[in-house]
Amino acid sequence: MLDTTKQAVRRIALVGAPNCGKTALFNALTGSRQKVGNYAGVTVERKKGVALTPGGRSLEIVDLPGTYSLRARSPDEEITRDVVLDRRPADTPDLLLAVADATNLRSAFRLVCELVQTGKPLVLVLNMIDIARHRGIEIETDALSRQLGIPVVAACAVRRAQMADLWQLLDQLSETHTFAKRENNWSEPSATQLRNLQREADRLIAQAVRYPEKPDNLTTRIDSVLLHPVAGLLVLLTVLFLMFQAVFDWAQPPMDLITSGFDTIGTLIQHLLGPGLVESFLVDGAIAGVGSVVSFLPQILIMFLFILLLEDLGYMARAAFLMDRIMGGVGLHGRAFIPLLSSFACAIPGIMAARVIDNRRDRMTTILVAPLMTCSARIPIYTLIIAAFIPAHRVAGFLSLQGLVMFGLYAVGIVSALGVSLVAKLIFWRNQPAPPFMLELPDYKLPRLKNVLIALMTRVKMFLHRAGTTIFTMTVVIWFLATFPMAPANATQPAIFYSFAAMIGHLIEPLLAPIGFTWQMSVALVPGMAAREVVVAALGTVYSIQGGADAALQVGHVLASQWTLPTALSFLAWYIFAPQCTSTLAVIKREAGGARWMWLSFGYMLALAYVASFIVYHIALAV
Amino acid sequence: MDRQELTPLGSAPRGYRGVIHRIEPSANTSSLPADEIERRLLELGFSEGAEVLVLHEGPIARDPIAVRVGCVVVALRRQEAMAILTHESPYHA
Repeated sequence: MLDTTKQAVRRIALVGAPNCGKTALFNALTGSRQKVGNYAGVTVERKKGVALTPGGRSLEIVDLPGTYSLRARSPDEEITRDVVLDRRPADTPDLLLAVADATNLRSAFRLVCELVQTGKPLVLVLNMIDIARHRGIEIETDALSRQLGIPVVAACAVRRAQMADLWQLLDQLSETHTFAKRENNWSEPSATQLRNLQREADRLIAQAVRYPEKPDNLTTRIDSVLLHPVAGLLVLLTVLFLMFQAVFDWAQPPMDLITSGFDTIGTLIQHLLGPGLVESFLVDGAIAGVGSVVSFLPQILIMFLFILLLEDLGYMARAAFLMDRIMGGVGLHGRAFIPLLSSFACAIPGIMAARVIDNRRDRMTTILVAPLMTCSARIPIYTLIIAAFIPAHRVAGFLSLQGLVMFGLYAVGIVSALGVSLVAKLIFWRNQPAPPFMLELPDYKLPRLKNVLIALMTRVKMFLHRAGTTIFTMTVVIWFLATFPMAPANATQPAIFYSFAAMIGHLIEPLLAPIGFTWQMSVALVPGMAAREVVVAALGTVYSIQGGADAALQVGHVLASQWTLPTALSFLAWYIFAPQCTSTLAVIKREAGGARWMWLSFGYMLALAYVASFIVYHIALAV
Repeated sequence: MDRQELTPLGSAPRGYRGVIHRIEPSANTSSLPADEIERRLLELGFSEGAEVLVLHEGPIARDPIAVRVGCVVVALRRQEAMAILTHESPYHA
């Protein structure tokens, strides 16, 4: 154990503007010794890590949310302000590292001037110094240090050699330094004070920084294509198409592998234990539960890999720029586009991807509507019902009627997602005006493998840990409902008909009769709560179809003989909206930071499902 | 200078080069109060005397716009950019 009690500095907080490379510096300081959690009482991500200095000291590093000023315009920025001003006793830093993008000093120096007012021990780190030097920007650190009255050090987070000065300074400060107690003169800056801070910053730049005659304009040249009204949209569509393909298609083989792996374990246990309650719990409850969590991993990995690469590259801000007007009309942020698109594969990576939206209001709207995008779990249900009930006619000679119905189901999902976000904008956020779209478009940079991998691992751990526990619990609960009480020895019907699931099914049957659902369907909906596609197997169970390779095909035949067309159409309409995926609900609860949001999603989707099914059923009856 | 003689950045075409004369949001510039929008613009670097250059326009209704101010490029909607009053750059090419 390292003895840290004698150190003058034990906890360091990183403060800086968005895009200043703060996270890369955090990674360079802490390596893989990181922990991501939430700040007490708020859903703001708290990133902490341990830095081991060359001098053998251990320092706790906190990566504070990026901000342009201490004014705190959002819950994230409030955390930054409160930690800087010692208002959060558990996180009080001994030293602030102000991280500045050396290629963008105007806003960085304004923030530094503001931080100086707080009287906190402060060091300025000129990050990305290699890029600045490459562009011919010359910064006199000594002059800056004299002017500001604080240590100034140049660094480059992604090059080990260029971190040496910073490490040395940290060692030096944490051993001997006693910081002069200075008063806190900070107060929330008015527009006039901001102007003065900026003037001070510009004066510092004039004294200590020299810019080249010809500025680097590579980013501008790339943007003249990527932000072009036509070419830019085409590139965006291509990127999105690739991403959609990747999440949808590339993830399939590993997902199948994981699923069949868990199936094999299940079969093995079945053989070892023989049929029985323990076997059923292990196979249908525990293993199915763990399996359903783990099988999402490939999609989540691919999704986040794309998002992290695009984010680090600097493209995400461009996508938001291109989509802003298109999405803005219905109250969605330009950045919501990627989360919503990925929700076509699965709402879970989509909802997690909504983290790229800084503003809480915009993020919540995106999380609320993401499950309405037609996810891949709906496809087995749609395919089953369409194949069984929709004739394989051709419309207008070449369009398949079945394909048209499928397309229609997707379209209804998209339209209703836009509709719901519009309603949320008009009702829910009535008193909370949309923040204006104002966004820095950072220079393009090549993503660093190490930073991408660290961020990827953080997301995966978070998903497995947070969502995993909830999803697993819910799967076990549903198994319990579908298993107990057990069927009597002389049972003539499928065992599920004697369980709590059947009781619930009978209980909700009168409610579902007006939308044309039979009581068998009501029973199947209960285990179907685990995940949408489970309902196909559950229908097989209630109609006593033995499993097997062509089980789904048989279910289709049975349904075609047992259901009427209005019932089938009503069932399709139900699954456009039905909130029948406990994993999604669990992730909403985690990501939105409260059960309130989960119940809200559940409630509005259930209501939409019921109304849609009711309308479809009665129109189909009348026709 | 009067407002009439100045060009609001929000109505500037692509390629426009200017110098910020003042930031003057009106009550209906944005969904946010005038004082708040003024501070946000200042925080992004839109301060008096800074040079601006309209680099790119969005695909629908030429909105939003991407503006170089100092060393950074900022994307914003024309609606909010109307609060940034500029005069044509003296160094205009």
